[in-house]
Amino acid sequence: MLSALRQRFNTWLFRPKIEHGTVTLTQRRIFILPTRQGLAMAMLLALMLLGDINYNLSLGYVLTFLLAMMAVMSMLHAFRNLAHLEVRAGRADAVFCGEAARFMLHFRNPGALARYQLVLRHENGSTVTFNAPAQQDSEVAFPLPATRRGWLQPGRLTLYTEFPLGLFHAWSYLHFDMRCLVYPKPVDEATLPPGDAPDGTGRRSVAGDDDFAGLRVYTAGDALPRIAWKAYARERGLQVKQFSIQIGEELWLDFAAAPEPDTEGKLAHMTRWVLDAEAQGLRYGLKLPDGELPPGDGQPHRDECLRRLALFGTGEPR
Amino acid sequence: MTKPLIYALLLSILMVAAPHADHLPLWVAALCVALLLWRAYLTRSGGTLPTRWLLTAITLAGAGGILIEFHTLFGREAGVTLLILLTALKFMELRSSRDAMVLIYLACFIVITNFLYSQSIPTALYMLATLLVIVTTWVQLNGQTIALGPRLKIAGTLLLQAIPLTLVLFVLFPRVQGPLWGLPQDAFASSGLSDDMAPGSISRLSLSEEVAFRVVYASAPPRREQMYWRGPVLWLFDGRTWTQGRGARTGAPQFDKLSQPIDYSVTLEPHNKRWLFALEMPDRLSVPARLTDDFQLLRRDALKERLRYEARSHLAYRANPHEAEAQLQRALQLPRGLNPRALELAQRWRTEGTNDAAVVRAALDHFNREDFRYTLEPPLLASSNSIDEFLFETREGFCEHYAGSFVFLMRAAHIPARVVTGYQGGEYNEVGGYYIVRQSDAHAWAEVWLSGQGWVRIDPTAAIAPTRIERNLAAAVPNTAALPFMARSAPQWLRDLRLNWDAVANRWNQWVLGYNSELQFAFLTRLGMEDITWQKLALNMTFALGLVVAGFALYMLRHLFAQQPDKMQTAWLKVCRKLAKAGLPRAPHEGAQDYAARIAAARPDLAENIRDLAARYNALRYGGKHDEAMLREFQRRATTFKT
Repeated sequence: MLSALRQRFNTWLFRPKIEHGTVTLTQRRIFILPTRQGLAMAMLLALMLLGDINYNLSLGYVLTFLLAMMAVMSMLHAFRNLAHLEVRAGRADAVFCGEAARFMLHFRNPGALARYQLVLRHENGSTVTFNAPAQQDSEVAFPLPATRRGWLQPGRLTLYTEFPLGLFHAWSYLHFDMRCLVYPKPVDEATLPPGDAPDGTGRRSVAGDDDFAGLRVYTAGDALPRIAWKAYARERGLQVKQFSIQIGEELWLDFAAAPEPDTEGKLAHMTRWVLDAEAQGLRYGLKLPDGELPPGDGQPHRDECLRRLALFGTGEPR
Repeated sequence: MTKPLIYALLLSILMVAAPHADHLPLWVAALCVALLLWRAYLTRSGGTLPTRWLLTAITLAGAGGILIEFHTLFGREAGVTLLILLTALKFMELRSSRDAMVLIYLACFIVITNFLYSQSIPTALYMLATLLVIVTTWVQLNGQTIALGPRLKIAGTLLLQAIPLTLVLFVLFPRVQGPLWGLPQDAFASSGLSDDMAPGSISRLSLSEEVAFRVVYASAPPRREQMYWRGPVLWLFDGRTWTQGRGARTGAPQFDKLSQPIDYSVTLEPHNKRWLFALEMPDRLSVPARLTDDFQLLRRDALKERLRYEARSHLAYRANPHEAEAQLQRALQLPRGLNPRALELAQRWRTEGTNDAAVVRAALDHFNREDFRYTLEPPLLASSNSIDEFLFETREGFCEHYAGSFVFLMRAAHIPARVVTGYQGGEYNEVGGYYIVRQSDAHAWAEVWLSGQGWVRIDPTAAIAPTRIERNLAAAVPNTAALPFMARSAPQWLRDLRLNWDAVANRWNQWVLGYNSELQFAFLTRLGMEDITWQKLALNMTFALGLVVAGFALYMLRHLFAQQPDKMQTAWLKVCRKLAKAGLPRAPHEGAQDYAARIAAARPDLAENIRDLAARYNALRYGGKHDEAMLREFQRRATTFKT
């Protein structure tokens, strides 16, 4: 009953909801409470006041009041250290399971005063401390360990500060719709399944952009930069330069062909295959129980394959 | 723990502890300096801190040493010494930022202990500077990467902002009259007269330039030779030291007033003794005090804080002309078998003299005629017959020698007499319009009881060195004497400077240091506050503080309020909210025109209105000119818009 009430109170007070775009830390979003040090300071001040009264120390009163009022003003300073800061969630590049995901957050300090000692804290206790110089953008990377494939969401982050005296804890909650794709952790070594390459190397030449392969007669629609102007100058007619690239044979990476017995193991194996196949410049496709990914190559294709492997079986739309 | 932070902490502690140096035992001061230097060395060299058992051993040894030195661990001296030693030791286990925080709190606390010794203006300024260093270090502790400049600026801002708030608190905070619990005996320094007098006790005092009290006369001040500030009266002589002795209770004193009264106010520095000073003879006093049968003013408790009181005195009087027999007997007491030559001399005067007054005159003549010298550095009187030794051999003495031997001679001649100590004279401060009476004005004189006249003041010093009474000490003793520099012939500008400074210090004493519950009451009443209770004070204080803090908050956070959306934006957002409630929220990327088109398609009944609003919004927002009428029309339409 009580915990339910507290839950409702927290929900009402802190309004946990996922946010998009730029968040400005207005006074409604900033909370402030004394720290343990602040409470110790209050005790010290009470002790000092007793001494002042007992010994009738006028300057003692002055000092006690000065310290107390500095503590009060430090509350305002702590509040201002956060107030009106603009926060925006940035990208989070995909990582392999076991690595640290880096969530980028962009802070803009529109004020004329630098913000010092801002701390971002995750529920797991890890923190990142940074300063936000006046009238500048600062980018902060918040690392979180990626322990499972699929989407990693940092959830709610706390941005807090105890600057300048450590007597007050001012904080605000940041819950962005940030997520980072975590690929399966590849197995250390795996032999690629055999491809159907005619020359046994798994490679053949197709028209492409890499190597100069000779000239041919111009036909309408050829790109102007490809025209061999030097040959035209020698009055050999309008000719076009031809290039070719070596591409890999089509290779099917089959879920069923991975030797591991369990799904995660198979996915880890396939991840290694994708990385190796891409590294060797092969064309490769994926065969998964929930569908196929036609062969292709290059960075975008690799990322798409890894994405399919990462999200396999998570219910995420392909 | 970065190195600069440790150095900053060392500097802070050094600054707060430095004023304590002159009253710490030498070995404690040396030990503390050694510990701090050791820590600085370890920080520089990156060495490891000493082990726990070594620190425990040093702590126990130090505490033991303090216990032997002071016979206690509590009280002012021992407590402060222990506090400073423990602070220095804390440095040796400074590892975490929590330890650093403890050191900062300790530094703040040591600042307060300094005020037990001095609350002067220079002390206050020094402590303000120290506080700035402490707060800068404090900020550094919370942000170790911040450069000195911004750190100093933040600390300075905090301090400056706290000053007006402190002023409010200082004036309005309900003052409680201390002490709350019994204070240890040594809580306050005692300086000034003591309740006994031996050769050398007053001449030692006259080397001190400390202020004893300040006096403002309501009308014309009396002549200098009439300014006798009466203090302890000494009856009992043991051959060397005069003490008050145990008095016979004889009831209230009485005196006949033979002159116009003179009114004045005294601001007495705390001397940790019960007596108050007034011109002879006091008649009326504004603070509770008892006038004893020998005309001393005694408070119930020792004076631990500066006290201001109004008094009225009669300079010509006839004091206790019908003195009780028991008192007269006390005034004839003499130690047996000592000082035979003095006794003999007095007996001779007695047989020669016709009456008591003639004997008094004979004694004064004797001091005047014979080769007596008034000096601050009298030779030591070593024998048990000290009066004989002074009267017939050394013949060099200060006022306590003359007063003491005079009273001895009178008693030997069977005239009741007693020693009175107090202050004589004072220096006029033209800047402040008051007299300063310093410890160097301490004086001792005699009183004899003459039948029909009561107690009559006789100042034998006046017979030897009349300039002491008419002018001051410096005029009476040779310039080579060990007088304070200032009391001698300082140049005029230096004297003026000193008097100016004293006038400022007097204000400071009266208004800042003396601001107690009474002064608070008087001050606030003068400001127009009525029926002052502590509840009312607390309420006013909270209100005033809230006002100032709110002012600072508004100033510091002004940008929060400045960037509110403008009226046009507010009106448009109102329209968007209404549509969102109807299930048609605006997408973040959607402009007004696109949004209106989408709404028009989804809800043809709203098409006309929303297109109109979007057009007006765009015209206002991007039209490039500010039209108040157009804005108002837009606001009106936005308010009346219904889904």
